[in-house]
Amino acid sequence: MTRKQKRLAVIAGGMGFIFIAVLLVMFAFSQSVAYFFMPADLAKADVKPGTRIRLGGLVAEGSVKRGQGSTVSFTVTDGTGDVPVTYTGILPDLFREGQGVVTEGAFDAVSHSFVADSVLAKHDENYMPKEVADRLKKDGTWNDGKSNEAKGASTGATK
Amino acid sequence: MIIEIGHYALVLALATSLIVSILPVIGARRGDASMMALAPTGALVMFALVALSFGVLTWAYVVSDFSVMNVWENSHSLMPLIYKYSGVWGNHEGSMLLWLLILVFFSALVAVFGRNLPDTLRANVLAVQSWISAAFLLFILLTSNPFLRLDPAPAEGQDLNPVLQDFGLAVHPPLLYLGYVGFSVCFSFAVAALIEGRIDAAWARWVRPWTLAAWTFLTAGIAMGSYWAYYELGWGGWWFWDPVENASFMPWLAGTALLHSALVMEKREALKIWTVLLAIMTFSLSLLGTFLVRSGVLTSVHSFATDPTRGIFILSILAVFIGGAFALFAWRAPMLKAGGLFAPISREGSLVLNNLILTVATATVLTGTLYPLILETLTGEKISVGAPFFNMTFGLLMLPLLVAVPFGPMLAWKRGDLPGALQRLYVVAGLSLFAGLAFFYVQNGGPVMAIFGLMLGFWGMIGAIADLWYRGNFGKLKFSVAMRRLAGLPRSAFGTAIAHFGLGVTVLGIFAATSFGTETVVEMKPGASVDVGGYSMTFDGMRDAVGPNYTESRGHFAVRRGGVEVADIWSSKRLYTARRMPTTEAGILTFGLSQLYVSLGDPMEDGGIVVRIWWKPFILCIWGGCLIMMAGGFVSLSDRRLRVGAPSRRAKAAKPVLEAAE
Repeated sequence: MTRKQKRLAVIAGGMGFIFIAVLLVMFAFSQSVAYFFMPADLAKADVKPGTRIRLGGLVAEGSVKRGQGSTVSFTVTDGTGDVPVTYTGILPDLFREGQGVVTEGAFDAVSHSFVADSVLAKHDENYMPKEVADRLKKDGTWNDGKSNEAKGASTGATK
Repeated sequence: MIIEIGHYALVLALATSLIVSILPVIGARRGDASMMALAPTGALVMFALVALSFGVLTWAYVVSDFSVMNVWENSHSLMPLIYKYSGVWGNHEGSMLLWLLILVFFSALVAVFGRNLPDTLRANVLAVQSWISAAFLLFILLTSNPFLRLDPAPAEGQDLNPVLQDFGLAVHPPLLYLGYVGFSVCFSFAVAALIEGRIDAAWARWVRPWTLAAWTFLTAGIAMGSYWAYYELGWGGWWFWDPVENASFMPWLAGTALLHSALVMEKREALKIWTVLLAIMTFSLSLLGTFLVRSGVLTSVHSFATDPTRGIFILSILAVFIGGAFALFAWRAPMLKAGGLFAPISREGSLVLNNLILTVATATVLTGTLYPLILETLTGEKISVGAPFFNMTFGLLMLPLLVAVPFGPMLAWKRGDLPGALQRLYVVAGLSLFAGLAFFYVQNGGPVMAIFGLMLGFWGMIGAIADLWYRGNFGKLKFSVAMRRLAGLPRSAFGTAIAHFGLGVTVLGIFAATSFGTETVVEMKPGASVDVGGYSMTFDGMRDAVGPNYTESRGHFAVRRGGVEVADIWSSKRLYTARRMPTTEAGILTFGLSQLYVSLGDPMEDGGIVVRIWWKPFILCIWGGCLIMMAGGFVSLSDRRLRVGAPSRRAKAAKPVLEAAE
């Protein structure tokens, strides 16, 4: 190989690596990105069972039920729609009825309930899209909570 | 009164920074020595003023002066003293002040250790440092003043966020900032070189110790942050690919690339333009990280307060510095002369491969971190990009680099001997296969693919040892002769081997902990037992206890192996009284390099409690490897050849130096 050919081979190798990286990024985005939904959005959107999404809203008052062992079920609401959620594991410290929550998981094909494998809770609107928090405030379903001074603190649990 | 002195010192520092920003640059252009001499003096004055200001804020915390709003918001008179010191940077304003303090500290170091830099270069470097200082001083004074007063002064403070009341806060931010902000020196050197329009191997020698120091501290800072998150959050994970973690990881990746490319430039005068670009990019990523963490666009324990004006201000700083530096680069870079040639299979070639993989990997992390933010700004759609994305992209892309690491040091400069290196590495590959299989066998099974991961870790470790082995020519020469040869090697050779060995240890820890670790979630009543990782744990029940500023409910577990009690684990749920905020304190028990990790959940009605127990085999290798990498950095830093200011451009005076066409 001449020097020119060698240089071309090196550049082609580099370009090839970058090309592979771009393909990989695009593939990973199509596979593992979770979209954010509120219960009301789910009525409009068609989310297939098994598709990973993030579901956010308020934990409905009186909906938290402890089942077998460490399985917990509760309802996520935004005032318009309600979605039943089950979660196995330890809930975050700041998880409470009437407070904001973001869960990640997928709908079960059989029971049609949302099976979460991660739950994040926080005492202010930061875990929600601003317009949704505003909407909740307008509807009067937003609960500011007594613990607003716990600012900047978030807790969560991941499986 | 004292508080106002702190505030005033910052204003004076701003005035000084404006002088140092302008006059030395003019002096350097005109060759006016007295104007250039302003730079080092000014840098020292700025450091003294900012240190005074920082001292005043610390004093306010220590004496719990709640007439200062910042202290009232983030402190409590009952808080243990160490948290009063570390609490100074446990909030937005204080952490920006720490950022600034470390920035001017580095300027002062350049002023002190840079005595044998050419006068013009030193003046320009310090001026560029001063531009950054001025921008952040303005930011602090206009949007994040820590010295605002409250009148009347409240009697009691609101307490520090309980998650931050930990020894980690005393160590993690200063180390991280020493790394993050340390790269500003590389940036300033790059911009100064572009202003002067000339760059050579001596430049690379001057920049390398700074890069090395910043990289070493950043390694320590990230490792410390990771361990802190691991034990404090109670989630059992050590890396979450959280945007805030990525914000510190990206400068580390780019800095690692810079460390290696500066080596090529220093030894072979090649990759000049690329190295300058990389120096600019590394600090740009540090600035981007500061923006992501401090502006409040992300929600995490790191974002203390959200104030839109701050976000816009940092974004403007970001735009001016990154945009300005890249514009300067586009204008000046074509004037820099390209360097020497080399064959693809050579030390340089392997370092280019290192740079290619590291920058592409940085780009994927950047994409995954920024994509959700950009998408939300443009379309309002909210998505989350989590660990699966990064494992798939970053994880896969880094694999070839980990395979290539032992090859690099074995190839000669200019033209390397690949068959020769392969011949030496056959042995290493065989040994690491054997070690991987043995490890797998001892762990009593697990996913078979884990063998490859373990091999990769051992490959890095044994490869680093082999590097020193062949350099000393052990096995061919008499042992004493080989030892003498080894002792004669430059310190940087040991630094390289140690750092690469540490990388192998970290890789081994990652694969071992993820492949052989177990997680158990059970409901336990007092007296119940559970088997985890070959140990039997018995739950004794909960006890109440009171701390200085919290109450807690502690669960006691007795750990037995083969029926014999070997240890206790205490895991608790705390309630910090001032903020009414609950936290989980994980109980962690270390056996050698492995850990048992116990986290408590909610109490059940029937007296039981949900307990989450992890067995984390060899998890300490992950951070231990980082510590070894850090040690490698320090050993390399102690090399005579790299001692700051040691190299001289005069020795190269015979070579024609490209002068900028003005």
